[in-house]
Amino acid sequence: MIPAIGELTLILAFILSIIQGTLPLVGVWKNKTTLMNLAVPTARAQSLLILISFAILMYSFYINDFSVLYVASTSNSQLPTMYRLAAVWGGHEGSMLLWVAILSIWTIAVTLFAKNLPDSFRIRLIAVMGLVSVGFLAFILFTSNPFDRLIPAALDGRDLNPLLQDPGMVFHPPVLYMGYVGFSVAFAFAIAALLDGRLDNAWARWTRPWTTVAWAFLTLGIAFGSKWAYYELGWGGWWFWDAVENASFMPWLVGTALIHSLAVTEKRGAFKVWTVLLSICAFSLSLLGTFLVRSGVLTSVHAFATDPSRGLFILLYLVIVIGGALLLFALRAPNVGLGEKFDVVSRESFLLANNVVLVTAAGSVLLGTMYPLLIDALGGGKISVGPPYFDAVFVAIMAPGLFLMGLGPLAKWKKASIPEIGTRLKLAAVISVVSALLVPSVLGKISLMAAVGVFMGAWIVSTTLILLQNRIKAKQLASVSLLENLKNIPLAFYGMLLAHLGIGVFVLGVTLVKGYESEQDLRMEVNDVAKIGDLAFVFKGAQKIQGPNYISSQGKFVVTEDGKQIALLYPEKRFYPVQGATMTEADIEPGVFKDLYVSLGEPLEKGAWSVRIYIKPFVQWIWAGCIIMALGGLLALLDRRYRIANKNLSSRAEEVF
Amino acid sequence: MNRTLKFLIPLALFLVAVGFLTKGLFLNPREVPSPLVGKPAPVFTAPILGEAGKRFNSADMKGQVWLLNVWASWCAACRDEHPLLMDMAQTKRIVMHGLAYKDVDAEAQQVLIAMGNPYNKVITDTDGKIGIDYGVYGVPETYLIDKAGIIRYKHIGPLTPEILLTKVVPLLKELGV
Amino acid sequence: MKKLIILIFLFTHAFAVAYAGEAKPISDDPALEVRLKAMSQELRCLVCQNSTLADSDAPLAEDLRNEIRTQMRAGKSDQEIVDYLVARYGDFVRYRPPMNNVTAILWFGPFLLLLTGGFVLYRVLKKQARDGDIQAEEE
Repeated sequence: MIPAIGELTLILAFILSIIQGTLPLVGVWKNKTTLMNLAVPTARAQSLLILISFAILMYSFYINDFSVLYVASTSNSQLPTMYRLAAVWGGHEGSMLLWVAILSIWTIAVTLFAKNLPDSFRIRLIAVMGLVSVGFLAFILFTSNPFDRLIPAALDGRDLNPLLQDPGMVFHPPVLYMGYVGFSVAFAFAIAALLDGRLDNAWARWTRPWTTVAWAFLTLGIAFGSKWAYYELGWGGWWFWDAVENASFMPWLVGTALIHSLAVTEKRGAFKVWTVLLSICAFSLSLLGTFLVRSGVLTSVHAFATDPSRGLFILLYLVIVIGGALLLFALRAPNVGLGEKFDVVSRESFLLANNVVLVTAAGSVLLGTMYPLLIDALGGGKISVGPPYFDAVFVAIMAPGLFLMGLGPLAKWKKASIPEIGTRLKLAAVISVVSALLVPSVLGKISLMAAVGVFMGAWIVSTTLILLQNRIKAKQLASVSLLENLKNIPLAFYGMLLAHLGIGVFVLGVTLVKGYESEQDLRMEVNDVAKIGDLAFVFKGAQKIQGPNYISSQGKFVVTEDGKQIALLYPEKRFYPVQGATMTEADIEPGVFKDLYVSLGEPLEKGAWSVRIYIKPFVQWIWAGCIIMALGGLLALLDRRYRIANKNLSSRAEEVF
Repeated sequence: MNRTLKFLIPLALFLVAVGFLTKGLFLNPREVPSPLVGKPAPVFTAPILGEAGKRFNSADMKGQVWLLNVWASWCAACRDEHPLLMDMAQTKRIVMHGLAYKDVDAEAQQVLIAMGNPYNKVITDTDGKIGIDYGVYGVPETYLIDKAGIIRYKHIGPLTPEILLTKVVPLLKELGV
Repeated sequence: MKKLIILIFLFTHAFAVAYAGEAKPISDDPALEVRLKAMSQELRCLVCQNSTLADSDAPLAEDLRNEIRTQMRAGKSDQEIVDYLVARYGDFVRYRPPMNNVTAILWFGPFLLLLTGGFVLYRVLKKQARDGDIQAEEE
């Protein structure tokens, strides 16, 4: 009975979304207020209905309703409650429902917070959000209904894949989808602007906060996923360039480019065509990612059970949404003007150079991801494109971008002078070169890659700090204290500083863990000691323990540094009987400078085990960097200019950067 | 370049991508074609199942067209194709040897007793070495080898009547069987 | 008192020594394992969805690692071993695609794109600046 209500609310939402996506557009076109007024109530109602439907699916999981096919195939009565709820998005059908549920949250947010836009623009914006929703609801209802019944009901469920039984499963997908789907708002702004014939500074200013929030979520979502892989897979890998990881990374790269080009468009009314194209591309890549994961065209560790009919359906949807958007773009873009003048060397041009780098990087990730498919489709056989390719090409493309990152924010708007920037950055250059020489020799192994990486990380961090110092100096009034000066700097500026610092921290983390991690494959008997540098790992044996839905062999390790105990580690080897799967649960002692990472291999004779011990220097900096970036984005959002700008449309944007 | 045309570039690129994606839907990314097709089949000698002390030498097959079917008792998909293999054996049109890949002799024999033995000979590859030489990665796999000892065709996964009719039979005709 | 402490220390120390052995590498040839690891990280496990030969627990991956060990011990070079695998499984096993006609766009495309992008941006910026005569905007 209850699942039937969930299905019904979904059908109602589908009907309402059709109204939301069509009639208000007609209303704007024919200037009929009654039709235009439908937009907000239908948008809110359909969003609420989707959320109710989502809650009902969650409830079905909570009460173990195995008369629902999807529940029976992804959950189990033995599964702990937290994972039972997370199992809602543990399979294809439920994760699609999560997709639209998050779209609903964004839709409601748009109806609440995008109030002070011109009527025609606001109505079109909401209608486009409705059209995005129509396609996905149709997809769910016609090909992937999570409420399909199983009669007679199963006695118990087939369980959630043990790999997914992890706190990471609770946070990673919703946050990632908040980012993915959040780009639909920037997309809807772009389409509304094209329909409205209103590509101007104001449009860019309205789009910016929405893009920044979505970007911050996407950053966090990707970081969560990477962290999860790090401890879950048992060998400490944190990025594999898997097709699905790439699918989330491409919108991130394009979204990052978009944030920067929006700044130019807002400021100068320039590069509007480019910015609107990026808005379309960011969301299109999100959609493409959805297609890649669910259609089975690429092999991936994350792939859902595949079904060609689903693939065709999404592909058709892509053609309508992306094809339609690009067609509209081709029709409207030629009439857009150039905007204000600025010099070839200026803050604006640095921001756009960043765009070239980021879009090329996204392009090369796309090329590498799709290349096996292209070659196969052209009859060229099967090839694989994996980490060695992406590491080499991506780093080479991004390196100049990272260097420019240090220069750009110091350049003046409209016209900048390179010698002047150079003078300001002398100190940063010295710091970076010294770090690049010093850090590798302190860590005990000198390599070119490590030196270049440390240089880049130090360059970004030091230039960012100099930027803050310059800013204080530029605005300093004799009578005002330093604190007062710091308070006068807009939050958006701090946001940018933080985001850039985050990149620097991230680059340092990646460089140092890649260059200086160590791995030992050992055979350890009880009380055996593994000595690695000043560290000693003592194996205290393994014992059987009973988990809620698994049996585990849990090893105990005492770690000492210079004779002092610094950590107790309990890596496990778990067996999940329902799916007959064995999982390696590594145990990690995280630290600012290094992680100690121990995972159990196989039991050997006489209580001995094969054991892997990794030392991962600075690996936490990778995720810390991402969190700092995301915080930067959220801080920028709190800037008061967005609140003021919304009230006073015609006012020029305040200084941001 | 014409001003309007320039703005159609993104759409054009997208449509090309859609073309590839559509094609991709009908390709199997997991099926890796063997580079050995068209090359001489690796020569091996190995014990014959149920004939203690005797060894099979693949070089002795020169001058004959034959099928090498890689299977195992632990492989569920192999049971799916087994009845079809039995039908093929009935016709006696072609020599088919089985390669018991990474299998325990007794267990392999048990399956053949229970389900029938479609093979002329069953060769054992207990440590999987012959499998590696032939580039086996997913059992069952079937190789068609011609009189000159060249691999002419390889099928990955269970054989189906459709594959047999559209791929194997025409090739056999061509090879004069 | 001091003597007692020393005695206790010696005793516990001896005790610890008596029980604690040094952990041994799982392999008798760790150098070979390092070489295997580096190599197998660039090779694809055929039966897995998408993982390297180094990180896979699949039986075929184990067999192939053993095969590589055998060939390494026999003195084969890395290139010879990769060629051996490619001859059997095709370029599919290589995560680092070889540079050839088929992969030219893959390897050089990104850099071409970067250069083209930079060139187009320069042209457009020239146009944007028009006649010049622009004053810097003070912050």
